[in-house]
Amino acid sequence: MNSDLLFDFSVNKENKTVYIVREFNADLELVWKAWTTVELLDQWWGPKPFVAKTKFMNFEVGGRRFFAMVSPEGQERWFIQKFTSISPKTNFKTYNTFADKDENPELLGSEWDFNFSEQNGTTKVSITIYNESLARLEKMIEMGTLEGCAMQFKNLDELLETLSQK
Amino acid sequence: MRRDIFQAIADPTRRAIIALIALQAMTPNALAEHFDTTRQAVSKHLRILTECELIKQEHKGREIYYQLEINKMKEIDKWIEQFRKIWETRFNQLDDLLSIIKK
Repeated sequence: MNSDLLFDFSVNKENKTVYIVREFNADLELVWKAWTTVELLDQWWGPKPFVAKTKFMNFEVGGRRFFAMVSPEGQERWFIQKFTSISPKTNFKTYNTFADKDENPELLGSEWDFNFSEQNGTTKVSITIYNESLARLEKMIEMGTLEGCAMQFKNLDELLETLSQK
Repeated sequence: MRRDIFQAIADPTRRAIIALIALQAMTPNALAEHFDTTRQAVSKHLRILTECELIKQEHKGREIYYQLEINKMKEIDKWIEQFRKIWETRFNQLDDLLSIIKK
């Protein structure tokens, strides 16, 4: 991992919005592909120890991605991501909802706005996530707040720190 | 109804109340002077904040003072940190993938 790469993360609780900015050490073409191709997405989207499993994905306006986050115990949490706007290699927007395994969406969702731009071989991805309710914003990371999971992240941090000191 | 810290901070008046009592413990009357709303409205916000365990009452003589539960406020930071962590992990995985498919 290149520590020179920008990573910004902020939550505005007042307007229920999350902003995320990250740079990647690759050209726009490749980064866009990694975010919009199902085979590639599933390889990185699930934050360890979770794994992302996409049942289907139609990357077109009006199309959907139906996917699950699978825990190490095999527990599945399903999501529907509807593509509401696509400007190739520049921007795409989605409307995300939690769902059950039969594709029935929950009532409230969140709007996601992904922006891509390249400068000198580095590609910047900016994400804005607007949630219709704070409760949902909270739920969005419910799985991440599980005690065990938080511990695992912590363990990983410590492990990486130990390794990097060697 | 379930109450939590995110409900507590979802309202501008409640955020203002939190900001005021973060400086010093205050009585409901003293708090109400800072707002154009009725005393009842302020009481309602205080009740919600109490239910969210973000503030607590303290009796001093015949007066009730409200004070902030600092540790509860920290829960918000903790929560955001965990969320940030998820994205950090995810992006590091993407870094690895990009370096592989680049070749």
